[in-house]
Amino acid sequence: MQQTETGLEPESVASPVESVARDEAIIQVDDLNKWFGDFHVLKSLNLDVRKGERIVICGPSGSGKSTFIRCINHLEAHQRGRITVDGVELNEDVKNIEAIRREVGMVFQHFNLFPHLSVLENCLLAPIWVRKTPRNEAIETGMHYLERVRIPDQAHKYPGQLSGGQQQRVAIARALCMQPKIMLFDEPTSALDPEMIKEVLDVMVELAGSGMTMLCVTHEMGFAKTVADRVIFMDGGEIVETAAPGDFFTNPQQPRTREFLEQILQH
Amino acid sequence: MTTDPRPLRPGRPKPWNDPRVRSVVFQILAIAGVAWVGYTLFHNTVSNMESRGISTGFGFLNETAGFGIIMSLIPYNETMSYGQTFLVGLMNTLLVSGLGILLATIVGFVVGIARLSSNWLVAKVALAYIEVFRNIPLLLQIFFWYFAVLGALPGPRQAVNVGDIAFMSNRGIVLPKPVFEPGAWVMGTGLVIALATIVVLAIWARRRQAATGRIFPVLPIAVVLIPGLPLLGYLLTGGPVSWDVPSLGGFNFRGGITAIPELGALLLALTLYTASFIAEIVRSGIVSVDKGQTEAALALGLPARRVLRLVVIPQALRVIIPPLTSQYLNLTKNSSLAVAIGYPDLVNVFMGTTLNQTGQAVEIVAMTMAVYLTISLAISVLMNLYNRAVALKER
Ligand SMILES: Nc1ncnc2c1ncn2[C@@H]1O[C@H](COP(=O)(O)OP(=O)(O)OP(=O)(O)O)[C@@H](O)[C@H]1O
Ligand SMILES: [Mg+2]
Repeated sequence: MQQTETGLEPESVASPVESVARDEAIIQVDDLNKWFGDFHVLKSLNLDVRKGERIVICGPSGSGKSTFIRCINHLEAHQRGRITVDGVELNEDVKNIEAIRREVGMVFQHFNLFPHLSVLENCLLAPIWVRKTPRNEAIETGMHYLERVRIPDQAHKYPGQLSGGQQQRVAIARALCMQPKIMLFDEPTSALDPEMIKEVLDVMVELAGSGMTMLCVTHEMGFAKTVADRVIFMDGGEIVETAAPGDFFTNPQQPRTREFLEQILQH
Repeated sequence: MTTDPRPLRPGRPKPWNDPRVRSVVFQILAIAGVAWVGYTLFHNTVSNMESRGISTGFGFLNETAGFGIIMSLIPYNETMSYGQTFLVGLMNTLLVSGLGILLATIVGFVVGIARLSSNWLVAKVALAYIEVFRNIPLLLQIFFWYFAVLGALPGPRQAVNVGDIAFMSNRGIVLPKPVFEPGAWVMGTGLVIALATIVVLAIWARRRQAATGRIFPVLPIAVVLIPGLPLLGYLLTGGPVSWDVPSLGGFNFRGGITAIPELGALLLALTLYTASFIAEIVRSGIVSVDKGQTEAALALGLPARRVLRLVVIPQALRVIIPPLTSQYLNLTKNSSLAVAIGYPDLVNVFMGTTLNQTGQAVEIVAMTMAVYLTISLAISVLMNLYNRAVALKER
């Protein structure tokens, strides 16, 4: 059975690459603008993400972090600018959007597991109906990823019977079963009780170690320090500052970043 | 200060404080009350009937009815027995309820989904429909269709003529009637073969998908095959079906199938009234499925129609089926309003005319109630089975 992870990528690259060569970038965002009615949520965002890069996005509530990563798999439509994922430019073409979504996994704050399907069936749904994988093969892949998130013994339970931390790990496994090239996380631990946060973060750190390209909205600064290649700070729909975690936490350049870090590191 | 040597809580409370004793006593009292009321009613009725010289028992079912019924699905004329009038009424009730449930479900689902449409006009029209039909008393709607719409159609001689084969007048709607000639069995066989093929194909497609992952389009093939094979049989055998086309003779139509205006009005009213409730049930069922479910499914790359079919509908059905069941029960029971416009349903012909002529109140009321109870229980059981099969797989 082939997996997408290479396991060859070094754990953390020495310094972040500010300007990635364009053809190296797996995600290219150019002048991204989005409005909700009259409200300008995303204001001319630019970002290139290298293959295998781990990016953490943080910022105050309402700054547009969720909206930004939801634009990347077109759960939200943008009005101006270009997003190219793995060489395919996002437009209104449904086939295009579905093709990109096959390569981009997403994990949500509230898990969004399918309550009418067992844990394993949750993992089989997309491989069977989207990748058209034979059932046995899909089960094999499903069990493989459930083992990686350390809950193979829960495969035949229903989501409602699991703890929050277990549900979020199933959600990660469900996304990985599509063997995506990119994983998006939208505050994956902020709906969890403190004692469950670690088990989910452990799985994410391990995933980062395997070379997966990751974009993660989170306020877990410990995670950002150990895993991120770059930390992006958003405020008011803009990217205010981008830096390597070392610089970001010790020497933030923008006053708004400093203010945010002071608030968040207080407790 | 002296201390009480007794423990704070003795082992058993006083009998009149014991919740178990209390509940048993109350139940015995309740049963005794019901039994007493039942006995009094029964005793009263029997002595009343004796004093008026009415015999009890079901012997009257074999007596000649002596009255005509305007619509019957089984052979009937006034020389037949009251037992036969019971069956005629029962069939008519089943017909209008069955058709009503089918049509109300279709209209209700369409309107309920239209209510959620992103098209402003479609959503508002659906909303207006629901508000109008849900808020006008059903009896008024039955009268409206019967007197104001169907009753206002011209007489048979000026009937609305649809291509010389169907006619609409105040006597009802007359349609051509198919007459099957020898050789028609080929068409029936074609239908059976088509259905069997689809079943086999569906099983095979499932197995193949599990084994190879390839998806086989069973539904489009079914859509072609099910009408296609009987049609092929029709063509091959040179058309073994002829049509009995209605024609105007004297003051009314001859031949064809007639749907009397009483049936049309009752069916329209029951369908449109119940559909407005079903539409709201469908809408709230779909809305009850969290948006995150759709988003998670879309994010996995599933096409919108598979998201609906695999994720949204199974969860919405859990919410839809229980109240849908009670709408089916309501429609069936509401069909007894037939009596208001003279549609010959069970209540009309049996509890009405038959009861008036025989005076066998206890037997007739009991039989009629038993029929509605049986239909209602059957609907409930079927819907519960369905609910268990499709919807309640959680936990
Ligand atoms: N569907 C919507 N319609 C209108 N406004 C919206 C919609 N979704 C989000 N917004 C607004 O857009 C802004 C950005 O929202 P977004 O959810 O992206 O913020 P966020 O940075 O993820 O915040 P949080 O940390 O609270 O999750 C907010 O002001 C929000 O109120
Ligand atoms: Mg958010």
